Amino acid sequence: MPDIYKLYKDLERDEIILSFKGDITQDLLSSVFNIMETRLENGAQKPQLKKKFYHILIECLQNLYHHNEMMSEEESEALNEEAGSAIFLIGRGENNSFRIITGNFILNSSSEDLKTKIDKVNGMNAEELRAYYLDKLNTTQLTEKGGAGLGVIDIARKSGHKIDYHFNKVSDKFSFFSLAVTVK
Amino acid sequence: MEQLTIEQGNKTPYINFSENGTLELKGKSIPENSIEFYRPVYAWLDEYALNPKNKTSVLVQLEYFNTSSSKCLLDIFRKLEPLQKNSKSEVTITWLYEEEDEDMMEAGEDYQTIVKLPFVIQKISQ
Repeated sequence: MPDIYKLYKDLERDEIILSFKGDITQDLLSSVFNIMETRLENGAQKPQLKKKFYHILIECLQNLYHHNEMMSEEESEALNEEAGSAIFLIGRGENNSFRIITGNFILNSSSEDLKTKIDKVNGMNAEELRAYYLDKLNTTQLTEKGGAGLGVIDIARKSGHKIDYHFNKVSDKFSFFSLAVTVK
Repeated sequence: MEQLTIEQGNKTPYINFSENGTLELKGKSIPENSIEFYRPVYAWLDEYALNPKNKTSVLVQLEYFNTSSSKCLLDIFRKLEPLQKNSKSEVTITWLYEEEDEDMMEAGEDYQTIVKLPFVIQKISQ
């Protein structure tokens, strides 16, 4: 029997509002957005902060939904079979802030590109992020499932904070990618 | 040509595009696949562009929109640019945002920067 009480205490200690591990589907995201919207209505935070947080939450979770769209069918199948699903945690941080943490498996071959992309936006100031976002908005094409490839830029721009991330190499083929955003 | 009305959904906005040249888009636009949702909107605009009214007024009043929708919004504006350019219709975009919603105000300014149409960015009066 796994120690569920320990898991509960850990989640309580980290002030987790909602956590999920599994497949990210449209229905799941609808439910999560609805739950969080109700939670926010009753929360004590400033309306502006709530709105910013909700916006960033949508991007972070839809990133998980869209993340395997750039892969070939073969790669995507291998990922589903060998690696698995995703995880996310939504919590409270210091001084009335929010924290969003996501984790998912990605191909080792795409981890370098992703790292370069995040480092790039982390190194930009607000003006540079705006210019970069507008440039990408103008030139990007949506994937078949609607991914715009703008999520990371938008998250960095709206949060006004550096995006924390980490890669755990789990096999020759896959890494576990975690991302954490603070909204305050 | 018929009016296009789409009721507000869980993740999708209320759309009311009238053949008299008033195009309204209100609420949330956060679907995972925005292309699917906006396809009929594009089709309507393509038909409207063939025979537009002298004035085309677009009213955008969004609470939230995701990056997938941001691309679709741009595509809507892009479809209207030639009407203005070729003097077929006088197009105005009115972008409304709620008081203190600076992010939504900035989003309007973003489009104003890259779209060649006149924008009115306005706070919603309570």
